[in-house]
Amino acid sequence: MKNLWKRSVDRFGHPKVYCTLFLMLLLVTAFFLKQNIIGLIATSFVRIAQNSVLVLAMVPCIISGSGPNFALSIGMICGALAGCISIELDMMGMPAFLTAISLSIPIAVIAGLLYSVLQNRVKGDEMTVGTYMGYSIVSLMCIGWLIIPFKSPEMIWAIGGKGLRNTIALSGRYDKVLDKLGNITFMGNVIPIGTFIFFGICCFLVWLFLKSKTGAAMLAAGDNPKFAAASGINVDKQRTIGTVLSMVLGAIGILVYAQSYGFIQLYTAPLYMPFLAISAILIGGASIKKASIGNVISGVIIFQALLSISLPVINGLLPVGNLSEVIRIIVQNGVILYALTKAGGAE
Amino acid sequence: MPNENGAQYVLELRNIEKEYSGNRVLNGINLKLKPGEIHALVGENGAGKSTLMNIIFGMPVIQNTGGYKGEILLDGEPIEIKTPNDAINYGIGMVHQEFMLMSGFTITENIKLNREILKDNAISKVLSPLLKTLDIPAMRKDANKALKELGMTVDDWLPVAGLPVGYMQFVEIAREIDKENMKVLVFDEPTAVLAESEAEKLLQAMKGLAAKGISIIFITHRLDEVIAVADNITVLRDGEQVGAMTREEATLEKIAQLMVGRKIERLEKVSSTEKSEETENILSIKNLHVHMPGETIKGVNLDIKKGEIIGIGGLAGQGKVGLANGIMGLFHSTGEVYKDGKLIELNNPRKSIENKLAFVSEDRRGIGLLLDNSIETNIVMTSMQIQDKFLKPLLGIKAFKMMDNKEIREHAEKYIKDLDIRCTGPTQYTRRLSGGNQQKVCIARALTLEPDILFVSEPTRGIDIGAKKLVLDLLVKLNVEHGMTIVMTSSELGELRSVCDRIALIYDGKLQGILKPQDSDIDYGLMMAGKPRTQAKEVI
Amino acid sequence: MNAEIKIENKKNEKLNVLSILSKYSVPLLFTLICIAGAVLSGLTPKHIIGDVILRLDRNLFLVIALIIPVLAGMGLNFAIVIGAIAGQIGLIIIKFMDVGGVPGILLAFALATPFAIVFGFGVGKLLNKTKGREMITSLILGYFANGLYQLVFLLFIGTIIPVNNPEMMLPGGIGLKNAFDLDLIKYSLDNILDFNVMGVKIPAFTFILVALLCVFLQFIVKTKLGQNFRALGQDIHIADVAGINVDRTRVIAMIMSTVLAAWGQIIFLQNIGTIQTYTAHEQAGMFAAAALVIGGATVTKATIGQAIVGTILFHTLFTVSPSAGKNLFGDAQIGEYFRSFIAYGVIAMSLFLHAWQKNVAARNKEKLEQ
Repeated sequence: MKNLWKRSVDRFGHPKVYCTLFLMLLLVTAFFLKQNIIGLIATSFVRIAQNSVLVLAMVPCIISGSGPNFALSIGMICGALAGCISIELDMMGMPAFLTAISLSIPIAVIAGLLYSVLQNRVKGDEMTVGTYMGYSIVSLMCIGWLIIPFKSPEMIWAIGGKGLRNTIALSGRYDKVLDKLGNITFMGNVIPIGTFIFFGICCFLVWLFLKSKTGAAMLAAGDNPKFAAASGINVDKQRTIGTVLSMVLGAIGILVYAQSYGFIQLYTAPLYMPFLAISAILIGGASIKKASIGNVISGVIIFQALLSISLPVINGLLPVGNLSEVIRIIVQNGVILYALTKAGGAE
Repeated sequence: MPNENGAQYVLELRNIEKEYSGNRVLNGINLKLKPGEIHALVGENGAGKSTLMNIIFGMPVIQNTGGYKGEILLDGEPIEIKTPNDAINYGIGMVHQEFMLMSGFTITENIKLNREILKDNAISKVLSPLLKTLDIPAMRKDANKALKELGMTVDDWLPVAGLPVGYMQFVEIAREIDKENMKVLVFDEPTAVLAESEAEKLLQAMKGLAAKGISIIFITHRLDEVIAVADNITVLRDGEQVGAMTREEATLEKIAQLMVGRKIERLEKVSSTEKSEETENILSIKNLHVHMPGETIKGVNLDIKKGEIIGIGGLAGQGKVGLANGIMGLFHSTGEVYKDGKLIELNNPRKSIENKLAFVSEDRRGIGLLLDNSIETNIVMTSMQIQDKFLKPLLGIKAFKMMDNKEIREHAEKYIKDLDIRCTGPTQYTRRLSGGNQQKVCIARALTLEPDILFVSEPTRGIDIGAKKLVLDLLVKLNVEHGMTIVMTSSELGELRSVCDRIALIYDGKLQGILKPQDSDIDYGLMMAGKPRTQAKEVI
Repeated sequence: MNAEIKIENKKNEKLNVLSILSKYSVPLLFTLICIAGAVLSGLTPKHIIGDVILRLDRNLFLVIALIIPVLAGMGLNFAIVIGAIAGQIGLIIIKFMDVGGVPGILLAFALATPFAIVFGFGVGKLLNKTKGREMITSLILGYFANGLYQLVFLLFIGTIIPVNNPEMMLPGGIGLKNAFDLDLIKYSLDNILDFNVMGVKIPAFTFILVALLCVFLQFIVKTKLGQNFRALGQDIHIADVAGINVDRTRVIAMIMSTVLAAWGQIIFLQNIGTIQTYTAHEQAGMFAAAALVIGGATVTKATIGQAIVGTILFHTLFTVSPSAGKNLFGDAQIGEYFRSFIAYGVIAMSLFLHAWQKNVAARNKEKLEQ
């Protein structure tokens, strides 16, 4: 027994083992509370699909050696902006969503390139600088959302107010266009097959990229920059590619999130969202230096299932408001802290 | 002059032995130090100088590896030095080669670092001695006294940042002599970073200190300095004490021969015939400067002949390692390098590799390997990135270059077999391999580039003895069977002399001369110490 | 040896106008922004000054709590959030005990201190495991501690910790209310000694406390402990070789910072007069860090003067930006977003410049060693 414990901790890492155990505990509790287990799992599926691409966005950045992308909020803002533009163009359904995605990519590429210029000057301190860069861009964009001259009545305040609304409802636009694509319901619960397929395609493309010549160069630059330089690889360029890819996936990710959630959230909403994605991939077994698509998939499943199941279960146990939010804060930041101590000192 | 204990020697080492995991690095060392004596300790890299100093200074590395055998006597009393603090308490100090100075602190603050003079105040009496106030005037007074003793006139309240290098060295020394009861001071290559005039001043200061009764152990590779200041000289080689003499007995040649002398086992090369003088040059190096920290090359001219194994030797810090690193574009270089008469672009690793040069770095884990990637990835990475090998198009589209897993696997398996890399398979991470097998992966990576010239630096460093021979045999085999030109840089002269056709010796960033493996130990020793005999025959 | 002359010359060069400008560029820039904002806001100088004094009274202590970790080379201590939590624990306890006035606040100080010491010890231990990454760790640690704090006061109060005080608790009898008043100690420090200057209230006693803190810090810097802090800030490796107990000194620095933050939060809340149980501490670290940096401090260098100047500038900006935003763009929101952009942006800039300089210095060092 002790051996099994040690083996699994060694193989999967503490966060994954603990979170899985916690998740199982929650499921057992739910069973005893006679809650609708199927319903819980179905909700988890929706949440997992919702967040999947955002977590995937961490992979290129970690692999290229600049650590988890704490400034992913910048990519998310690009996605949100593209999402708003497609509404402003008065588009509907899948074309609106696809337009949003194709618009978000060039915006995110530009943002990623600019951010890389900063990032390549602060090697070793990407995380600290990235966090506050993300924060400042989010608050700067708050002013942006106020003064961007969008006209669509769905997006601006109905009376008096100036600028865009805090949350923009997507019903009638591209609410759940991916989620409902497969149109599978299981015992009354919608399974977001379309989003899963979309996530699968994204994973496949990232996987394919990692198997390419450039992907290999990125891997080398991330594993050992000196080796890479000695092999004629331009390390800064590879880091830039990783960051740009991450920002693009962040932009696409937030659009996937928005279609599933049904709203685009603006202003300070993206502020802490990178942490959510980071802790998911860390739970999946990634470190701040190494990540894989497997880490993304298992991480997003465990973390999001944990979050969506903890809410009804804990509320079923104790009628205390907001406790699952507290659990989220503790798990999310605890996992990141663990990864930081695990990585040891910089020297 | 016997001291109060009646003992003649302030420090005496008796029969010191030290093993690192069964590997004997010091064997029966005896050293006697009189008060006020300057005792020079000379030897090649790896001769055991630093291990001996670590023992005297109580460095943790000694205790952590099972301690040492033998006796240390201070003023005739046997003592045990277990920590650096013990050493300091016994009055043994060390002037480090790299400055241990805080650049933002003043000279006084540096001299008094963690030995500040404190005075009580109301709060410290109640709470903690940590809250005692600094007695700055007293500290400055002490610092000034120490500086004066060294003949320094400089404002002690200046920050160290911005002081000339020579001054920094003196501040270091001032810190040591400011310590009470300082009896023995170790100088570890103190003149390495100094200009000639500064070095001259330092030697004067050392003599001054000795005259005041402080004993000095002087580690250096500048033999003329040894002759100039040392009262006694001890020569170490391979952990053995091979010579002890007074200044009167010493000559440059004698020290040099003792430093180097060893019997040479020549690996038999099937076609080890003397390369004829007419063999064409494959690489011409003209006035090469390499700015590699700690291993600077300051203008080297060297021709490398097709099909030879040429060794690059010299003491650590003299620049031998810089040569290959500079040619391969890893450190900033100036000058000209011609391959087959064609100029190679410097400072661009890609160009060097495209010109069919390959490099196995001395820093295996730092530069040579992707530790968290598989053996096969390591082997093919450079070739894939630069020569576009091991790639296939995606769905017939040429622009998408994908890794060709099958070809990579076959190639890796071939090399694992050919070089006998002991591993669980081509997908094993290189981090988990032993040093020798890691080295073979590095060599496989270099060979995958199909180079005309292979640069190998410190090929046997950190490898156990059995693997050492395998690696050297492999290099000879590549040379003999495939006619590959090999440039081998090594700190181990014996190794160079056993496999190379010619050996170029680097001192102070410059080429001192080229010797044949069979040349005399004296020639080797003198050249490594930068004092080539005028009659030394050049085989260029 | 005539290096003195050369170095003397160097000193003189430093005194020209341009270098002074560049040395104080950050505070000067923000002075200009503040003046522009003040003019645009249309607020009366009296209003602005009164408001800034009030905010100095609230925040200065917290800002000064950041200085010691900077001195000890640990960067901006975003984990003073944890100190703030300790302060709030003290306040919550006296609220339960219903002790008011000066005795109440003294009791709050006394109760918060042991918590802060323990917390600071823990923070220090953790930061010793993540040397070189202290700032991101302290930031995340602040968030993490916030989660634990909420767990304790949402769930444990009324269950594991048996208390009963309907006025403070949520209706279910478990967990504290989101906010409650601190009338029993409101202004209890400020009012010990205060006077009016032309209608502006000056809470002199709190400022005396701040002044005492400054004197205390000056004293610390001149002690052995202070010298150890400075040595760590200079070069942790050399300090280690010189025999300074690096880890212990860092833990002491964190304990001091955390305790000061706890006291600072109590001073802050006694002036505000209400406590937002679950959010009052959240921004403590960020606002204090921003104020310090605006004063011209960097990740490696901070003085009391910079803390004071920075706090004045940052809070002037806070006071004037909504009105200025309204007058300029017709929307007070813009001003509010602008000031949070300034807060985040100035920290980001400072962190960026520090990391950049570190990268450049590392490269230069390689070049110098040739």
